[in-house]
Order: sequence, then C-alpha cells, then structure tokens
Amino acid sequence: MRKGTDVELLQNLGDTVGKPLIDGDSRMSCSKVDVFYNNNNQAIFDISVDLGKNEILAMIGPSGCGKSTLLRCLNRMNDTIEGCKVEGEITLDGIDVYSKNIDPVLLRSNVGMVFQKPNPFPKSIYDNVAYGPRLHGLARNGAELDDLVEESLIKSGLWKETKDRLNKPGTGLSGGQQQRLCIARTIAVKPEVILMDEPTSALDPIATATIEELMYELKSSYTIAVVTHSMQQAARISDRTAYFHLGRLVEVNETNKVFTNPEHELTENYITGRFG
Amino acid sequence: MWLEDIESNMNNTKIVQASLKKRYAKERRFKAYGIFSISLSLLFLSFLLFDITHKAMPAFTQTYLKLDIDFSYKNLKLKEGSRYSEKELFSASYRQLTSKSLYEIFPEVTNRKDKKVLRNFVSSGAQYNLRDLVIENPSLIGTKKSIWVLADDDIDSFAKGLIDRNLPESERRIKDNQLVWIDTLEADNRIEKRLNIGFLTQGDSREPEQAGIWGAIKGSFFTMLITLILSFPIGVAAAVYLEEFAPKNNWFVDLIEVNINNLAAVPSVVFGILGLAVYINLFGLPRSAPLVGGLVLFLMTLPTIIIATRAAIKSVPPSIREAALGVGASKMQMISHHVLPLAMPGILTGSIIGMAQALGESAPLLMIGMVAFVADIPQGFMDPSTVLPVQIFIWSDSPERAFIALTSAAIVVLLIFLFLMNLLAIILRKKFETRW
Amino acid sequence: MSDLNLFSVLILSALIVFFLSQKKAKNWQTSAGSERVHSLPVYYGYFGSIWTVIPALFVFAFWSFFSTNVISTMVVGQFVELQALDKSSLSLALNEIYLMSDASIVPSLSDNTIKAQAANLFMQYSQYSAIFKSITVLAIAALGFILTYWRITPTTKARNSVENIVVYALLSCAVIAILTTAGIIFSVLLESIEFFKTIPVSDFLFGTHWSPQIALREDQAGSSGAFGAVPLFWGTIFISLIAIIIAGPLGLISAIYLSEYASKRVRSIVKPVLEILAGVPTVVYGFFAALTIGPLVRDFGYWLREMGVNLDIQILANLTVSTESALAAGLVMGMMIVPFILSLSDDVIAAVPDSMRDGSTAMGATKSETVWKVIIPAALPGIVGGFLLAISRAIGETMIVLMAAGVASNLTANPMNSVTTVTTQIVTLLTGDQEFDSVKTLAAFALGLGLFITTLVLNIIALHVVRRYREQYE
Repeated sequence: MRKGTDVELLQNLGDTVGKPLIDGDSRMSCSKVDVFYNNNNQAIFDISVDLGKNEILAMIGPSGCGKSTLLRCLNRMNDTIEGCKVEGEITLDGIDVYSKNIDPVLLRSNVGMVFQKPNPFPKSIYDNVAYGPRLHGLARNGAELDDLVEESLIKSGLWKETKDRLNKPGTGLSGGQQQRLCIARTIAVKPEVILMDEPTSALDPIATATIEELMYELKSSYTIAVVTHSMQQAARISDRTAYFHLGRLVEVNETNKVFTNPEHELTENYITGRFG
Repeated sequence: MWLEDIESNMNNTKIVQASLKKRYAKERRFKAYGIFSISLSLLFLSFLLFDITHKAMPAFTQTYLKLDIDFSYKNLKLKEGSRYSEKELFSASYRQLTSKSLYEIFPEVTNRKDKKVLRNFVSSGAQYNLRDLVIENPSLIGTKKSIWVLADDDIDSFAKGLIDRNLPESERRIKDNQLVWIDTLEADNRIEKRLNIGFLTQGDSREPEQAGIWGAIKGSFFTMLITLILSFPIGVAAAVYLEEFAPKNNWFVDLIEVNINNLAAVPSVVFGILGLAVYINLFGLPRSAPLVGGLVLFLMTLPTIIIATRAAIKSVPPSIREAALGVGASKMQMISHHVLPLAMPGILTGSIIGMAQALGESAPLLMIGMVAFVADIPQGFMDPSTVLPVQIFIWSDSPERAFIALTSAAIVVLLIFLFLMNLLAIILRKKFETRW
Repeated sequence: MSDLNLFSVLILSALIVFFLSQKKAKNWQTSAGSERVHSLPVYYGYFGSIWTVIPALFVFAFWSFFSTNVISTMVVGQFVELQALDKSSLSLALNEIYLMSDASIVPSLSDNTIKAQAANLFMQYSQYSAIFKSITVLAIAALGFILTYWRITPTTKARNSVENIVVYALLSCAVIAILTTAGIIFSVLLESIEFFKTIPVSDFLFGTHWSPQIALREDQAGSSGAFGAVPLFWGTIFISLIAIIIAGPLGLISAIYLSEYASKRVRSIVKPVLEILAGVPTVVYGFFAALTIGPLVRDFGYWLREMGVNLDIQILANLTVSTESALAAGLVMGMMIVPFILSLSDDVIAAVPDSMRDGSTAMGATKSETVWKVIIPAALPGIVGGFLLAISRAIGETMIVLMAAGVASNLTANPMNSVTTVTTQIVTLLTGDQEFDSVKTLAAFALGLGLFITTLVLNIIALHVVRRYREQYE
C-alpha cells in the first residue's frame, strides 16, 4: 500500500491499481480514455477499464470525479454536449464505438441508459415501454409489441402493478415505479449493456431496495455499469468496484476487496469516510 | 460480435441497422425543413427591407429647374418705390414669375393649353420659395436672376427615370411635347437633382414635391412624450405594488393581474375605440391632438412596461433584499434604495421596447382623428397633428406616384428610429447585464 | 383664480409645508433629546405636505371634472326651450353654448337668442364655480396643514404613515389596468346596446349582407343600410387562417431548428434577426402587402386563370382576381406572426426538461424522432397556447388588412378575391366625420365588442393553457 499525505497522494495519482482489465471476454472495454470539454478542460485522464459479461461494475468516488462522464461516453451520450471530445478507445464486443462507421443510434440501441432522476415520457405506461421498439421497428405487429411490452414490464417487476393501468400516464407512477418503468423502457430494446447513472439517488429506501433487487436479477442477462454515491449500494450489488478521483481511475477490484482491503490509500480514505 | 450477432435472441442489431437508412433520411429531411423555414423568413425580411429602401431612393433627391426670374415691379405687381413693408412684400404677386420665365425659354409655345402644361413644370410651392427669397433680400426687386426652383412631381419622376419614355404616349404621364421641352431644358443644363432636405423639414402637403415628415415627426415626439411621462412612472409603480406589496391569494390582486395580462393582448383598435369613446366623447378632449394620442398609447404601453418591470424586479436576488432589511431598512427603503436601482436596466430596456412599439402604432390613432390632413407643424400637445406611422398610412393611400417614394422614405426614417431605440435597449442590456 | 394658478399655489404650499414640518422635526432632534424622534425629519416633511395637498387636490380634480356637467344641468334648468330638446339635439345645443361662452368669442353674446342667453348664464355660473372652487380648495389645504402641522409630535409615526400612503398610491397605479378594461367595456357596451336596439342581434350575427353606407337622405332607397356581419367574420377568419397556416409551421419548425439543431452561435445571430420582423410596424407591412405582395399575388392569379383557360379547368378559368386580396394580406400577416410563434414555441420547447431528451436519445432515437415523439407531444399544450395567442393577434390586426385586403364585403372562399374584416370596418366606420349616434357609427362599436370578447376569450384560454403547461414542469 502506498503511503503519504492526502495532498501528496492527490498530486501523484499514478496508474490504476487493482484489476481494471479482466482475463476473459469483456463486453465493453475502455483503453486510455481522455475526455475534454471545450478543448482545454480535461474531465477524464487516461482511463482503462473493462466491463465483463454479466457483471455489475459499480463506479464510486466524490462528486466531480468523472464517473458520470465516463458512463456517458460508453453510449456516446456525450455527443449531445457541444464541445465535448473523447480520445482513446472504447469498444463494445471488440468494435470501437467511436469509429466513424459506427452509428450512435445503433450503439445506443445496444447500450441502454437509466438516469438519476426517473424520466418517463409524458405518455402512457404502455407507450413509454413501446417507445424504443416502435422507433427501431422491433415488433412486426401489435401482438408482438404487446408481448414485448409485457415481457419488459415483467422483467422490470412492474407488470403486476401496472397491467391494469397500461393506458395511464407514466408520470402518474410513484418515483420507484417510474424508475422501474425507465428500466423496462430500456430493456424493451434488448440491449447488451445497461448504464445506470445513480439510479436510486432520487428514491426512498424501499424503492431503492426494489431497484437493487431488480439490478441483481438483470445481471444474468445484461452487463450493468452503475454510478452510485452510496458505498453501501456498491457493496451490496456490484461484482467489481471502480474508485474514481479527480478524473482518474484510482483502483478497480472485486467489490469485497475494495471494501475490506483496498490497495490504494485514497480508496481507503474514501470508504472510511475521511473525505468525499 | 454485436454487429454480426444475428442469431442471438437478445440482439436486435440487424433490425435496427436495417431501419437506419430510412431514419437518417427522415432526419436530414427534417433538418432541411428547418433551414428552409429560417431561410424563408430571413429572405422575406431582406426582401421587405430591400424593396422599401429601393422604393425610397427617389425621395431622397428632388429635381430643380434653373429659371431666369425677372423680379420686375411689373411682374411682382408692386408699385415702383424705395421701401416695402414686409406685409407688402408678402402679398406681392409671385405666381407668374416662374411661368413668365418658362415662356421666355419656349417662345414657340403660344397655345393656351400648352402654356398651362408648361407652366405646371414648376411646383406650385415654388412661388412661396421665391416670396421668402424676396422678403429675405428685398434688393432682388427690379433685378433678373437665375434661380433654381422646385420642379413638379411628374417632371421629378421623369428625371429620376420612373417614367419610361418608350411607352406609347397615352400610357405616359409625360406627353410628347413635354418630353421635347424637358430635353431642351436638359440640354441647357437647366435640370438638376439635389438632396431633398425639404422632406425632413417640411410638413405634409398635397403636392408630393413639397411634402415632408417634419410635422409627423414632431407629432410623434409630442405623442411619445405624453406616453412616456404617463406610462413609465405609473407602470413602474404598478409593478412595484404587484411584485412587492400585493397580498397573495387576494381576488382583487388576481383581478389586476388577469387584466394586465389580457390588456397586453387586446387588439390595438380596441384601444382606439376606448380613446374615441372616453377621451374624446366623454372627456371632451380635442380630436387629432398628440395629448389624446399619447393617452391612448399610454394605456397600450402600460402592460408591456408593467410586465417588463416585474420581470426585472423578480430577477433581483433575495439576498440583497434580506441584506437591506437586515440593516434595518423599511420595506419602502429597501425597494427605493436597492431593488429599483438594480432592476433599472431591465426596466429601461422593457420601457424602450414598449415605447418602440408605441412609436410604430397607427391603428388606434386613426380613430382619434390623427389621420386628418395636417399641413402645419404642430407646436404643442393640443395642436392637430399626425404621427409618423399614420403619415405613412395617409401617403400610401395617395394616388400620385411620387408618394410611393415618399411613403417608403418615411418608412425608412421610422425604421431608423425604431432601430436606434432597439439598439439603445440592447446596449443597455449588455452594459448593465448582471448575472446573479 | 385660474386652474393653473390654483395648481401652482397648491404645489408651492406643499413645498413650504414640507420645509416647515421638516424644520419642526429637526428642532426636536437638536433640543435636549428627552424622547426619541420616531422618523427621520424628511418623513415629517412628506407627512405634512401630503396631508396638506392631497385632499385639496382630490377636491380640485373632482370639482373640475364635474363642474361643466353640473353647470350645464343648472343652465338647462333655467330654459324651458332647452328642456324640450331631445338628447342628441340637446348635446349639439350645449356644444354651441360652450363655444359661445368661450371668452374668445365674446361678440356672439350680443345676439339675444336663447342659446346666447344660456351661454351668458353658463359663463356667469362658471365664474362663480371657479371662485368657489378656489376658496374651497385653499380652505381644505389650510385645514389639512393646521391639522397636521400642529399635531405632529416626536412620537408621530410619520414614516409608516407616509409609506402607507405611498403603497396606496402604488396600488392606485395598478388599478389603472382594471379601469382600462372597464373603460373598454363601457365604451363598447353602451353603444352596442344602442346599436342592437335598432338592429336585432340575430340580424347582426347571422346576416350575410353588409353595407353600412347609409344614403344621405332618409327617404332614399336602402337608407337603413345592411348590418349582417357574417362577411366580416368570414373575412377575418379567412385571413387569420391563411396567416396561421403560413406562420404556424414556419415559426414552429424554425423554433425547433434553432433550439435543437442550431449551434449557439447561429442561434444567437438568427434569433434577434428574425425578431426584427416582430419589431417592424404593422403599417409598414400593410404598405408592403398593398404595393408589392398584392400585385405579385394578382399577377399569379392572372397566370392561374390563364392556365385554367388553357387547360380547361373551370374553377381556375372563372377565378376572380383583385389587387387587394385575402391572400396578400394573409401572406404578409403570416410572415409578421412568424417571430411571435417562434419565440413562444421556443419558450415552451426550452421548458421541456433535458432529461426527456436524454431519455429518448439513450433509447437510440435520432434527433428528429426525439423532437416529434417526445418534445412536441410534451410541449403541445404550450404550443397550442402560443398558436391561440397568435390567432388572437391575427384577428385583431388592423393595418395590414386595412391596406391590403380591401373594404368590399365578399363572402368568398377565393383567396385571390378581396375581403373585408372586422377591424377594417371598425376603422372605416369610425374615421372621418361621423355623427356619433348614427347606426353606422354604433355598428363599429358592436364590432368592437365582438372583437374584444373574441380576443379576450382566446387570450384567457391561451394564458391558462400555457400556465398549466409551465406548472407541469416546475
């Protein structure tokens, strides 16, 4: 374990410690990613990390450490921000998602995203879930679409609560239900990866527990990257945990190891609550 | 590999990819519509401005004829003597001075009808210019002098190339014999175009070559002054009340708010009806007076100023209010010492924009009689007068061709005023813009 | 004392009282501070002058406002001949009396008609009234001064009192909004009721023939005129429809492009430039419509007609074409409304939270799909509200239709033909020298009432819809 004062540590952030890359097949992988806003403002420095198949990777760290930025790079949501530039390589199943012939629409249909604040569209529950399939033409007829909607709602654990009110507006649901609706909406497109940006930060503890359970179930079919402010949540649900600090990836390790025996002192300081 | 992973149930890549071409075509089409819409509006704006400026060009110059005027006693119908009072000079005869000079140039014209046509080469206003000249300089009497006099509007139009000489005679306002005379005058260097200063210094006239917008500008000035004096303090006061003192959830305050919002969208003619019925018929104020115009526009501008002021007051952060109250200022002191000065740039910007709207307004003023023909320059708030936009309306209705140029020129002047006002508003906003 | 002098005296006394009261308060401060003075001396100054002058000014204003009417009534009461006159001729006679009593036309008083006598009496009464007015007003001012100046003490809450009065002054400024609306209703309603006494409401609302030009002599044929307003309503709706068909899509799509596609730079240039369109006075549009667009539309109409003849299309071959046309007015009005719809739509589109855009983009929607399937549906109420406001503006627009659409009332669906509108008729009927009580003039007020109600309802609905929409995302 490296030793030194916090300030020294912060000034000499070196390479990522732990196991950022995995041995087997990875679903997504970042290599030497730098992100700039408005040319000179660098938000992310030289990050390399893999997302394995059927695993949950939790990203933790103090505010402004770049974890959300990295998450948004994974499905090119950063394209919508003027003046944002991504360098380095991000691959999905070995294909560079930033290469010219890769279409962001196609990428996003494979890498879905769930946001911090539940953002159901001001439409009915059914239309919310059917939104993606309709966009991409995934269902050939109404019956198929019905099936798809039902399947997605079942998977997201919302079917029982909503099957009788599919035509009611999605905005009328409770916060936790809204977030599950957003998850249902995302999985209706059948992505490979689901990115979650602090999915429970706007929810009460019970709704949070439900969402966490759901994430655990979804793990069997999807790769999930989740940014979270809550270390307990990371500890509960993730397979591996990545600790970010000031735009750098400090440590990636099995969640157990991060929370019991971190390799980097900054990680230890953070999880023991010395700052953050 | 997700791009080739067709068999997998989990994956819809193939389907999505198949739909992409069509979807992107749609995207491009939509973007093109957007660019098209914006270009169309911009094109319209440029066409409007270009068309009007283009039409206005002829009005900025005025054709003059050089005539050898014989200020003889006989022509002036003055008794030969040494000194004349101004009154005598004023009532002397100047009408025939120009005609006689023209007959001298064209001795071959003898026919009564032709003579009349020839005589009308000179604007009917020329005699008054000559009169002023003589009054100013009585030593002219008895001498002969070459003087440039104002040409008639038809001659003016022709000289500016607005009348095509190749048209058949019946379709031309300038007939064949007139053409010959004009050519002669031109060959003698007796025709010249000069800057039309009179356009900016004279009042309205039935004769296009003598018509100017000074009367309308002054009318607009008096009207705007009344509007400003009333609407600015009252608008600000009303906004301060609504923003700072009005009790919440009070039906009376709600009624005021609903009224303000609706008045902002009431058609301007309705304000004209109000002005006619209340100011003129009920209060007995005079028609066509800038005072009444100002009173009507005041009611129209008031909602704009109130709404702008409220927005400006709202944008003053609570921290400043709290700081003022915290050191023991009363609410009134807090408002007059802190909130209003900080909100002032926003208030001024909104007021200028409101005044610009009022300056361009014409419909309600038609109904309170400001559409009357007024040749005299108004000297006060009660004098009959018109305003710039109404002058434009009056001229646009006139049959003479030359009025098209005058109307366009008046529009150009009006637009310049509006542009300057808006520029002032923008500069104010830029200069005092504070981000809290 | 003349009104101006009286007013000057009041203002002067206000100043004097201000300094006197302020001085008194300052003296308390300097004299051995036995008790604390409640307010700054300046507030005692204000306090004194307000109570001295304001009540006097009120009496002054009331007296001036009502004296003419009161005196007229008194004068009329003296002359049986005047009492015998009916309402409109009485008002004419009174006007004459006012003119004659005007001091500048003294010679006319020498004649001995009833009117001259009345004018004489009127002048006499007016002089008495002026004298009494001066005395009363000054007495009230003096009373106010005495009551305040001698009663202010260091414990008088001068500041609170002054501030309270200022609040009432502010309130009365705000009340002007209500008074204006009341004034509008008063001016259109009374005359409209008068109008509907002559012309039944149903004839007005459903009649299809409009020709208000009443013959000069009463016994001439058609002297009653025709007041069926349907052609005007149709003309108004027709032109507004053309305008909104043009401005709606143009404004909305421009707003979407500027807010969703254009870079910040383009937006910051294009938006103010387009707003110039909104700042151009309507009379300029009217001129442009009448002189430039009108002839273009007419030529296009001729071309269409020729095509109709050549290709044997009956509808086109029989097209009526005129220089003043609904299409020319509607086109130009549409372009005028574009920036209006643009900025309203821009506001409501900007109010749709970014999380909606992100949500849709993350699902793999293209930008236009996000716009059409998420943003527009979400912003729809606001957009509808904006359109309603735009329609209300088109209905109320006057100069363009006055100059470019014509005054002939045609019940036609042919946009190349000239039509007339409610606003055009109001202006035409009310400009020029009119007898105020003729049916023709009253008709303009009835039209004004209709216009006011229509736009009022549209505005209330629109503002309500827009507000509800805003609240949804707050």
